[in-house]
Amino acid sequence: MIAYNFNWAVIWRNWDAFLGALALGLGLAVVSLVIGTIIGLFLAYARLSPSPWISRPAWAYVEFIRNTPLLLLIFFVYFGLPEIGIYNLDKIQSFILTLSGYAAAYMCEVFRAGLASMPRAYGEAAKAIGLRPWQRQRHVVLPVMFRITLPAVSNNLISLFKDTSLAAAIAVPELTFTARQINANTYRVIECWLTASALYLVTAYAIAIALRQVEKRYAVVR
Amino acid sequence: MALLSARDIHKKYDDTEVLKGIDLDIEQSEVVALIGASGSGKTTFLRCINLLEEYHQGRIELEGESIGYTASGRRRKLGERQISAQRAKIGMVFQSFNLFPHMTAEANVMLGLTKVRGMSNAEAADRARHWLDRVGLADRRRHYPYQLSGGQQQRVAIARAVAMEPRLMLFDEVTSALDPELVAEVLAVMQDLARSGMTMVVVSHEMLFVRDVATRVVFMDGGLVAQSGTPDEVLHNPQTERLRSFLGRFHGIFGPV
Repeated sequence: MIAYNFNWAVIWRNWDAFLGALALGLGLAVVSLVIGTIIGLFLAYARLSPSPWISRPAWAYVEFIRNTPLLLLIFFVYFGLPEIGIYNLDKIQSFILTLSGYAAAYMCEVFRAGLASMPRAYGEAAKAIGLRPWQRQRHVVLPVMFRITLPAVSNNLISLFKDTSLAAAIAVPELTFTARQINANTYRVIECWLTASALYLVTAYAIAIALRQVEKRYAVVR
Repeated sequence: MALLSARDIHKKYDDTEVLKGIDLDIEQSEVVALIGASGSGKTTFLRCINLLEEYHQGRIELEGESIGYTASGRRRKLGERQISAQRAKIGMVFQSFNLFPHMTAEANVMLGLTKVRGMSNAEAADRARHWLDRVGLADRRRHYPYQLSGGQQQRVAIARAVAMEPRLMLFDEVTSALDPELVAEVLAVMQDLARSGMTMVVVSHEMLFVRDVATRVVFMDGGLVAQSGTPDEVLHNPQTERLRSFLGRFHGIFGPV
């Protein structure tokens, strides 16, 4: 027999705080994905560069990020930057910087694979009508590559959204941090963590369903 | 002066020389069919003409302008900008269609018109409509490539190339990837183009098409031009054993009469 009396009134009283925290986490994930996508794209081209002076540093960065725990990176940036004289980042900015840099490494690998798997045929057709190199990338290679990699990008967004919970470690008031605070104030352990879990689950699942629709809409590459 | 003139074209892959000195002049409005066994270098030569392949020796001129490489002095590849501008004067259609998969038929045709020719969207759309109509696809303008049959995709690809108003059109085995029942519709479009006076170089195994549409047939063998002449001369009076045996594969339609 479980001797635990549920008291959901505590949750409803703090409902706005939960939702606000959820929105913050989602925002952090989206902003980081956008910045990470831009940097990741440059990294992918750098990794495919024939010059080792360009491809090696990009490779080293990606491997460093991918083989280091995210929590460590968060601490490293948050506590480390002030040590080398960079004081003007608050904890949210510091976290966005970290998560963007982290996302960039993963997006780089997604885009690198996407660019590598691009059929040469499209680029040749673009050459044949006289498009210049940048125009070929801009109008043919990149749009096709984005469509090919869309499912992987969706997965990354969901991962990043869940990773925002690590921001609790530096007291960013996102969902995990907020749940812990409400828990500390009310002692309603199970209710708080169940609620937070349910909010993560529903949101991540909703993102997945929404992005599946986007993928269908743009899946013209078959 | 010939519209296109190729002199002594040599190309190597590593140590294998696939083109061993091609000489070919093509006059305005000629339809030249390149025939030959696979590995004879015909597709490679076609791709050299618009610099999809680099070659190591020789010169190709279009209307007297050196294509791809410097005209005099040390042999050097031209800049990308210049090469792109030269490619815009030469249309090419591929075996595998190569339509841009994320664009409608109309957008496929319009891309080069707006970005390379600098047309407004309205002008480009007008011209795209004209050419899609001409290849019989007026009602498929808004379709994406994956919604079109192979024959339809290939006709869009032809419209995309011809709409640029190139000086010369290159066709690289454009019916080889098609189901047999779709071949005729593509050949009909090409025949229509030939009649309108378009200068064409066609790599093809469609011997009936070659016989009926080409003004000249060039038989390539081992990276060289082995025989060149009117369809009648080449298809019915083969001068070499190699050509005789090549033509023999077409079920006795051709060969000595």
